[in-house]
Amino acid sequence: MTDPTGAKTPGQGGACSGTPWKDPGQHPFIELQSLSKRFGDFAAVDDVSLKIYRGELFTILGGSGCGKSTLLRMLAGFEQPSAGRILIDGVDITDTPPYERPVNMMFQSYAVFPHMTVEQNIAYGLKKEKLPKSQIAERVAEMLQLVQLPQLAKRKPGQLSGGQSQRVALARALIKRPKVLLLDEPLAALDKKLREETQFELMNLQDQLGITFVVVTHDQEEAMTLATRIAVMDAGKFVQIGTPSEVYEFPASRFIANFFGQINVFDATVVASDDHFLTARLDDSNTEIRTRDHQRLAPGTRCSIGVRPEKLLISTEAPAQDGYTVTRGVVEDLAYYGNRSLYRVRSQNGRMIQVSAQNYQRSSELLLEWDDEVFLSWHSECSVVLSQ
Amino acid sequence: MSTVVNPGKRDRLWRGVVIATPYLWLLLFFLIPFAIVLKISFADPLVAQPPFSPFFDWTATTGDRILATLDNYRFLLEDKLYLVSYLKSIKIALISTALCLLLGFPMAYAIALTPYPWRNLLLLLVILPFWTSFLLRVYAWMVMLGKQGLINHLLISSGLIDEPLQMLYTDGAVYLGIVYTYVPFMILPLYATLEKLDLDLNEAAADLGARPHQIFRDITLPLALPGIIAGCLLVFIPALGEYVIPALLGGLDSLMIGRTLYDEFFVNRDWPLASAVAVVLLLILILPIMLFQRLQQESDA
Amino acid sequence: MRRSSTFLYSVLCFGYAFLYLPILVLMLYSFNNARLATVWGGFSTRWYSALLENAQILDAALLSLQIAVVSATVATLLGTLAALGLNRMGRYRGRTLFTGMIAAPLVMPEVITGLSLLLFVSLQELTGWPSSRGANTITIAHITFSMAYVAVIVQSRLASMDHSLEEAAMDLGGRPFAVTLDITLPLVAPAMAAGWLLAFTLSLDDLVISSFTSGAGASTLPMVIFSKVKLGVTPEINALATIIIGIVTVGVLIAGWTMLRQQRVNPGH
Repeated sequence: MTDPTGAKTPGQGGACSGTPWKDPGQHPFIELQSLSKRFGDFAAVDDVSLKIYRGELFTILGGSGCGKSTLLRMLAGFEQPSAGRILIDGVDITDTPPYERPVNMMFQSYAVFPHMTVEQNIAYGLKKEKLPKSQIAERVAEMLQLVQLPQLAKRKPGQLSGGQSQRVALARALIKRPKVLLLDEPLAALDKKLREETQFELMNLQDQLGITFVVVTHDQEEAMTLATRIAVMDAGKFVQIGTPSEVYEFPASRFIANFFGQINVFDATVVASDDHFLTARLDDSNTEIRTRDHQRLAPGTRCSIGVRPEKLLISTEAPAQDGYTVTRGVVEDLAYYGNRSLYRVRSQNGRMIQVSAQNYQRSSELLLEWDDEVFLSWHSECSVVLSQ
Repeated sequence: MSTVVNPGKRDRLWRGVVIATPYLWLLLFFLIPFAIVLKISFADPLVAQPPFSPFFDWTATTGDRILATLDNYRFLLEDKLYLVSYLKSIKIALISTALCLLLGFPMAYAIALTPYPWRNLLLLLVILPFWTSFLLRVYAWMVMLGKQGLINHLLISSGLIDEPLQMLYTDGAVYLGIVYTYVPFMILPLYATLEKLDLDLNEAAADLGARPHQIFRDITLPLALPGIIAGCLLVFIPALGEYVIPALLGGLDSLMIGRTLYDEFFVNRDWPLASAVAVVLLLILILPIMLFQRLQQESDA
Repeated sequence: MRRSSTFLYSVLCFGYAFLYLPILVLMLYSFNNARLATVWGGFSTRWYSALLENAQILDAALLSLQIAVVSATVATLLGTLAALGLNRMGRYRGRTLFTGMIAAPLVMPEVITGLSLLLFVSLQELTGWPSSRGANTITIAHITFSMAYVAVIVQSRLASMDHSLEEAAMDLGGRPFAVTLDITLPLVAPAMAAGWLLAFTLSLDDLVISSFTSGAGASTLPMVIFSKVKLGVTPEINALATIIIGIVTVGVLIAGWTMLRQQRVNPGH
């Protein structure tokens, strides 16, 4: 069960120790200063500023056309910013060509050179550095070990599977020991099972090497599992930056809330508010709800209250607990997933509410049936006020 | 249609017609004529109709006697004219091919980098000359290059020269004509490979530290190689046996082998020698032709 | 990167100028009143009138058109059959030779093709056929080399075509002949049309093979043009070139435009 207070889940963070973004004394490793990229009238990236710290696995998340790829390409040096500066490790690299940047990229298409063997692909970057042959061979062998491909060294890319090509692309980018590794949709081309494996491998690698990773993705699941922090991007701007649990549990807007999984939204009217809390009356159940909020909305203001499906408790008996909001409905639809069940409950005024419940009791029969009358309840700490 | 099980009589007949008609036509009008060329190249020239000696002596009662002679081939080796013609043809074809590549590669690359729909227009402009008369396009250069042609006229009126330059009827004009005629043959296969080139690869190479000229050398060139070879063969093969361009633009001394063969046939009426010239030309071409066929099969697979 | 694309597009512009300038100059001079190319004697259509009165050129043009229509039509039929034979008839003995015979005319120097066909038809006294050299022998020669082009075009269409369409027709009871007629041919019709057009232009344009195979019997348009321009620039030929190039350009532009429009309507092809 999820901790209703929304504390940070352990096991995330890779090589990045602690939360440097909360420490004002820390120097950022990558710094974007008012970065913009315009194509004609269209601003693909619109005055964006960002600080990324050493060893972070930072994810930029957004739908197609939100500007995330343009941002990544500016970091790599393939696009020249229209305005703003890019600093890496304190050095301004805005005008440095891609072949001189301490940054390497893993392409979404992998871009493995089809006419070179796996070994030659991996060695390419070091050859451009004019390193002695023996040293190149040594580091290539090391890298092949790291990505577990030594047996395929002499193969041509045409004979590799998608997962293997991805490892080649990764090894090829890592061998130059870049300060920053950029990954463009690293898992998009892999099938589901391979994605999960690769995801953990990427995190382990990053942990081992301590290189700062910047990942661009459109897949919220990928972003959640990989990242130390996520920047959600929309229309060329960041709409929220935070840890995975922050953006999931405390989404700043309906857009973000919907981006990360499901959320039930209730319309409400503000009754009272102070510095930390807000009391609002739900249109549905005519009950009052107290929830954490900092916006100090004036009484009478219309607002939206969001509750995640897994935060809702479903029962046939009326729950009698303090601090809980309760509403009633009828089970319209249910889907059984084994470990959990998903219910669609029609509330009294006709709104559909999604509830996800763990099946913690073992039973071959369904505990709840279609058309059962049920009570839905959630803790006040579990709801969030969403801007439109 | 490998799935046909126990085909009926009618179905077998249809299959037979489909295969046999073009097959027989090609046997009759392509392969057999070819065998005849080979045969006549071993015969003696005669002042008769047809002007060559019979290959088989049917009158002999003891069976047929082969009357072959290698004299024609010996003559090709001994007479400087032919050797010079072959070597000059090879030289002109090679240099023209290189010139076509130098002009065609940047053009093909630029077209491949152009976004649609402009790219279609640029391609159409390359394909258009294929459909216009080859002969008339070569002739157009006679208008440009002649003593009273446009270029001499412009040079004299601008005061750069006093006397018109001899440009028409020179080897230079032949090179120009071949490049002009065959550069589309170079551009199209090059475009076909360059168009498929993944621009991510260029960026990946830049990302790994390659400068623009290194990207071209390490990535673009090797990946375009099949197109380069195909384009070069498509120019070299027809250029080697070219007749019209040297006949119209070349001087009397620009004896390319196609022209020598033509003259041998029509002027000297030495059919056996002309046949021998053709056989040797084909022997020279057989290697590039086979290479080209293999490339085509590979790209089909 | 930007510097290199400036270079590429400069070469591209130069290339197109190189390809089109001579033709444009030729067309311009066809309206020149003066006989000499260098002197602009004012605008005139006198060479066009002279062309229309030149019976030799008109006869040759008519003959060339006749040969081109007949040879393109027969070549399209034979070439399509050949493509079917190579792509839809499975394995049979002699298929490799067949493939070779289709591919060879595409790369064979014209002088050799011409020579070999001439030697073949000159054996007429042995068989009594063909009775004379002329339009008929030229037509046979043109069919032979242009059917190879048609076969290649139709074959590439067949190769890219979904085989399951024909299998579905057979599954529904179509016999091989009917399947070819009902399914295959309608689907390769555009390729056959393209093949016919190519065969037609190849035939109209051919000089070398025609010269070899015609004997004294017939003169096609390219043969007449060649005999005239070998002696130097001829104003009447400028006019003729302008007419021919004009017709072809308009034809190709219309074809290209229609194809583009079809692509836009139906982006799957």
